[in-house]
Amino acid sequence: MQYPQEIYDSSRRPHPLVEELLSLIKYRELVYQFTSRSITARYKRSIIGVAWTMLNPLMTMVVLTLVFSQLFKWNVPYYPVYVLSGLIVWGFFSHTTSAAMGEMIWSGGLLNRIYVPKSVFAVSAIGTGLVNLGLSLIPLLLIALILGIRFNPALLVLPFSVLLLSIFSLGVGLMLATAAVYFADMIPVYEVILTIWMYATPIIYPVEIVPPQLLWLFRLNPLLYLLQTFRDPIYKGVIPGWDVWAIAAAFALAAFLAGGLIFTSKSNEYAYRI
Amino acid sequence: MHTAFKPLPAQIDSEDQKPIITFEHVGVLYRVPKERVSGIKEYTVRWLQRRLSYEEFWALKDISFEVFPGEVFGVIGRNGAGKSTMLKVMARVLHPTRGRVVMRGRVAPLLELGAGFHPELTGRENIYLNSSLLGYTRKEVDRLFDSILEFAEIGDFIEAPLRTYSTGMVARLGFAVATCVRPDILLVDEVLSVGDSRFQEKCLARMNSFQAQGTTIVIVSHNMETIKNFCSRALWLDQGQAGAIGSVSEVVASYTG
Repeated sequence: MQYPQEIYDSSRRPHPLVEELLSLIKYRELVYQFTSRSITARYKRSIIGVAWTMLNPLMTMVVLTLVFSQLFKWNVPYYPVYVLSGLIVWGFFSHTTSAAMGEMIWSGGLLNRIYVPKSVFAVSAIGTGLVNLGLSLIPLLLIALILGIRFNPALLVLPFSVLLLSIFSLGVGLMLATAAVYFADMIPVYEVILTIWMYATPIIYPVEIVPPQLLWLFRLNPLLYLLQTFRDPIYKGVIPGWDVWAIAAAFALAAFLAGGLIFTSKSNEYAYRI
Repeated sequence: MHTAFKPLPAQIDSEDQKPIITFEHVGVLYRVPKERVSGIKEYTVRWLQRRLSYEEFWALKDISFEVFPGEVFGVIGRNGAGKSTMLKVMARVLHPTRGRVVMRGRVAPLLELGAGFHPELTGRENIYLNSSLLGYTRKEVDRLFDSILEFAEIGDFIEAPLRTYSTGMVARLGFAVATCVRPDILLVDEVLSVGDSRFQEKCLARMNSFQAQGTTIVIVSHNMETIKNFCSRALWLDQGQAGAIGSVSEVVASYTG
């Protein structure tokens, strides 16, 4: 097998972010390997296997529906669809960002010795998240159908919504991974942040119950807009206005650029810090 | 024991031959917090109190040398002398803080064998996982698969999880994957002691044939005998600095002297 000659010159490296992207393309098989490994490893010892991905948010939905419709008497039509669509977005964000951070730290021994593009952990976390999200769309759409929500063309924007969500999560995941290299307690600290963040986002409750004087604070939350681009087409059957898309896209790009730049500028230190 | 390996004389005679590895005044700086600041809470407190100080430590200092195609180059030094930092710089895991490193060709690290293996996955799955860690695409591994299997000699165990393998089998599989394609530069980190002697002979024979075809080999060791047996030239690392560079006999003389 003939390979073109590769030359590595430490004085002629491209920008770290460019270098990382080129390297990710070359190591695409590794992204696939990590993604399929984390999907199969998760279900290898369970009898119902992949069905867990669908059952997990479903059971949470049933509990929340019972609690909130019976106890609080919230009058949210089609609440199961409302809460399930929120839980799917939240599950994607929280799992991918936590995994982006955790996988890299646990693979430290490897990173110390051989060269791999270090963002491969964050990228394959997104890959795993996308598979799980795809699977959990099945019960969501089934329930929507059963409850009488009609499918409509607005659903066609869902791929764009998921794309923005992925870009945003990747950026946040890269920032977290950088922080986790320096701070050993980053993983438990992030768990606390996630809990607060979840209750600060209208996932299980309707936006209408937010007190008007606190609305400005809620509007600072990027997930508010990202969630809206996903939930509105399913739940309301409408495509959100361009302003919502613009804000969601701006947050996603800002997170991605900040995460990518911070991550790659520090990546030289990972080799002796992890 | 290592009699199968006989380094060929390196071909440095021609004027126009470019070095395959160039180190020009290479320095690597490690910047680590002076006191162990473990968490973000503690860090914030210290940062607010401006009590955060770093220790700077040069793991490599002003190292310059060249290695030519087909050479077997040794790096010797005590623990903590900077040997593994040197390997990391060659493997692109670390970039030099100062100076310049040029590696002309495909570099294959032959580190602790089986470092990237997963115990729950089968031998077959591990071959794909491990070779993707080395940057191969699926198509390439599909093509190389049979030759890897043949070299590793693990037979029907290929479909069994790796945790059922013996140490020797893991070592064989690791070596087979790491050397499935002849690299231009092979980095060897004291791995020649694994497996039984027949397998060692086989590994050495493969390295020998690589070298005959032009592969440059860099061996890092704290063991003088290893360097004497294998290398044509060597570098002695002493606390991050080059103690001596030259023929093995010269370096051995200054290392022991």
